Amino acid sequence: MKLYLRYLAIHFKSQMQYKTSFFLTLIGQFLTAFSTFLGIWVMFTRFSSVKGFTYPEVSLCYAVVLMSFSLAETFFRGFDTFPRMIGNGEFDRILVRPRSPVFQVLGAKIDFTRLGRLLQAAVIFAWAIPRSGVVWTAANVVTLCGMILAGSLVFAGLFLLYAGICFFTLDGLEVMNIFTDGGREFGRYPLSVYGDAVLRFLTFVVPLALFLYYPFLTLLGRSESLLWRICPLFALLFLIPCYAVWRIGLLHYRSTGS
Amino acid sequence: MIRSPRLRPYISFFRLRFLGGMQYRVAAFAGILTQFAWGAMNLLLYTAFYEADPTAFPMGFEQISAYVWFNQAFLTMFMLWFLDADIFAAIRDGNVAYELVRPLDLYRMWFVKNLATRTAKVVLRCLPILVVAVFLPAPYGLTLPVSLGAFLLFLLTMMLALVLVVAFCMLIYIVTFYTMNPLGVRIIATSMGEFLCGALIPIPFMPDGLRRVVELSPFGAMQNLPFRIYSGHLSGAEMWWRILLQVFWIAALILFGRLLMAHALRRVAVQGG
Amino acid sequence: MIEVSHLHKTFRVARRNAGIGEAVRALFRREYTEIHALDDISFRIADGEMVGYIGPNGAGKSSSIKVMSGILTPDSGSCVIDGCVPWRDRRAHVANIGVVFGQRSQLWWDVPVIDSFDLIRDIYRVAEHQYHTDLDELCDLLDLGEILRTPTRQLSLGQRMRCEIAASLIHRPRIIFLDEPTIGLDAVSKLAVREFIRRINRERGTTVILTTHDMQDIEALTERIILIGRGKILLDGALDALKAKHSALRRITVRFAPGTPSPAARPLPDGITLLSADEGRAEFGVDTARLSVSAAIECLTRDIDVRDLAVTGQSTEELVVSLYEEFRI
Repeated sequence: MKLYLRYLAIHFKSQMQYKTSFFLTLIGQFLTAFSTFLGIWVMFTRFSSVKGFTYPEVSLCYAVVLMSFSLAETFFRGFDTFPRMIGNGEFDRILVRPRSPVFQVLGAKIDFTRLGRLLQAAVIFAWAIPRSGVVWTAANVVTLCGMILAGSLVFAGLFLLYAGICFFTLDGLEVMNIFTDGGREFGRYPLSVYGDAVLRFLTFVVPLALFLYYPFLTLLGRSESLLWRICPLFALLFLIPCYAVWRIGLLHYRSTGS
Repeated sequence: MIRSPRLRPYISFFRLRFLGGMQYRVAAFAGILTQFAWGAMNLLLYTAFYEADPTAFPMGFEQISAYVWFNQAFLTMFMLWFLDADIFAAIRDGNVAYELVRPLDLYRMWFVKNLATRTAKVVLRCLPILVVAVFLPAPYGLTLPVSLGAFLLFLLTMMLALVLVVAFCMLIYIVTFYTMNPLGVRIIATSMGEFLCGALIPIPFMPDGLRRVVELSPFGAMQNLPFRIYSGHLSGAEMWWRILLQVFWIAALILFGRLLMAHALRRVAVQGG
Repeated sequence: MIEVSHLHKTFRVARRNAGIGEAVRALFRREYTEIHALDDISFRIADGEMVGYIGPNGAGKSSSIKVMSGILTPDSGSCVIDGCVPWRDRRAHVANIGVVFGQRSQLWWDVPVIDSFDLIRDIYRVAEHQYHTDLDELCDLLDLGEILRTPTRQLSLGQRMRCEIAASLIHRPRIIFLDEPTIGLDAVSKLAVREFIRRINRERGTTVILTTHDMQDIEALTERIILIGRGKILLDGALDALKAKHSALRRITVRFAPGTPSPAARPLPDGITLLSADEGRAEFGVDTARLSVSAAIECLTRDIDVRDLAVTGQSTEELVVSLYEEFRI
């Protein structure tokens, strides 16, 4: 923990060396997320609802996915930029140090500019929370926090999986974008919008729906199911196969080098 | 093989980028798969909206399908944020001074390099996506063009749109001569540009006031134009008028870019690099 | 103590020919060639030794360093370093070694060097008091003082390399691997870095394994060299003995008045070979086993308007070049 704080401090210090670029990138992240939000707005200037979800409800859903994603991207960015780390030999340096590689990769890159998206998410939350019609009971507040937290861990798992696969391909695998960037982009609408097949896939294979859809329905009062409320917990099981792939990848890397 | 001296730099850049891109076969397959999934998800989303209220749809569903698939297939050709890091580095480090020594028109060289990179990237990717899209069941698939004329105009306006996108990117590079930090311009141009040129949502979906402004701007003359001509969403007088506007914007942006660049380079020459 | 025996490692490398057609074909089918990066490597290095590990690029140097530092698992063979098998007990093992990759930095680019050092201290869990004494000592030895407060990006290459080496020593490793530690440095910095490596070796008894292309490094630092080529150990022995063996060669450079007859033009006796010749200057190699130096000079200067004459032995550089030639690597 102490070491992680030191990593945080050193990253912060480094990024503050270039304040202009830092703030511009931060604003950029904010604006990019904002243009996605504009996209939602455009659609709802024509349609009053989609699959029974209104504009404020969809916005709330977008805020959840955006916040989860930006947290994951800020703190787990090392895995996101992993191909470079292998390419430039930085990962070899990590292997000659007596700490867990996962921990060191985490520390190797912490990108505070990614909080620009978090800021956008906060703004949307502020707008959508009073308009969404959700009754903010303690249970609902806890559920919302659980959704965001589990969400960032699921995204982190996806990044880890991506890094694990990089050991074999040595190059970023763009397919993973379908679930990471794609999860963020398409998660802006409640996932049932995409039909049953997609929803099932996103429940049992890549569990985005477990933190984004089922508990969301309980927030809106469309379901009383306790099981759906605690779905974010099950989403965490996803981390197990992700870590396994990482371990296998690491073994492979250490037997082939380069 | 074409041996025209004007085309030769384009061909060598194209070769270089194409071969470079070929090395990463997994990445190429993965890219195709990603873009395909992306398109499919978008279409499912439009389906949901269509079911909610078909009368509010500004385009036919087959037209939106064509739009979505083209958007995915030609993504790397039109995306505004796809800029050349080497050019930014050359400007920032002052290496551009060395380029000035060479007997080359710098504007044209950069322009050609960008054109080549974008086409080289798209060549590998567009075909598989288009082929699969053609065989998808109606109304999700890519239908044939409404007429041969529309198809020819589609090809023409595609090329023009690519030229326009590059002319726009050139402005981003050139502004960097003045700001030195490319981030600010890039950020605004790319985050807002993506939205305005219809890469996220087709322009016809925008509310009327916004739509009219966007359609008059250079953004409205980018990929949005050929995609809509293909499916017959634009035709007749309105189409011709928009093609004219596209040509106007190309001329205007190139002229402006060249003037601005000439001015910027004079500054560089005065500062001594 | 490092004991390496019968290490083998083979890589598969994708082969690709030039041209667009080939590139398209390679998209679907790839051909591979096998490369024996390590082909039965064995050696033993005692505690406190300083060893120069040399060979041309792609000879297997970096693969063997990777095996010894626990990054790479070999196909077969054994390697025991202070009782640890590097790739099996990686974490325990790397706590005792230091690695300097000459061309990649472990220092954070934008922050003062001391911040990087503090981070490394936390990574290796170095006790506070030990850290402070060591840091003082290192600063003293390396003359770091002011440099510590400077961001890495503002350091000269020489200053940076000294900091890199210091960074690898913070946890008091028993063995240090130095990969090209003097690459790109100016003459003064090179001397400083070499002096520092020598002192670390002498005063701390740290085992030093040095890979370099700079033969002056080898000459200044190591007594023993291991030459590796095409995955095999070609030579392992004391530098002096090696030099003695090859010292039979001398080089004679003759400068003479331009326009006068050149010694290069005459028939040369056995034992003298012409190395190079141009206007007013000629260079010869003399094999002293067959012809004495004085006889050679006598033969080369007869009836020549000599302006200057120099006799030199073979430098380490040339020695290595002749070794490479001898082993055809």
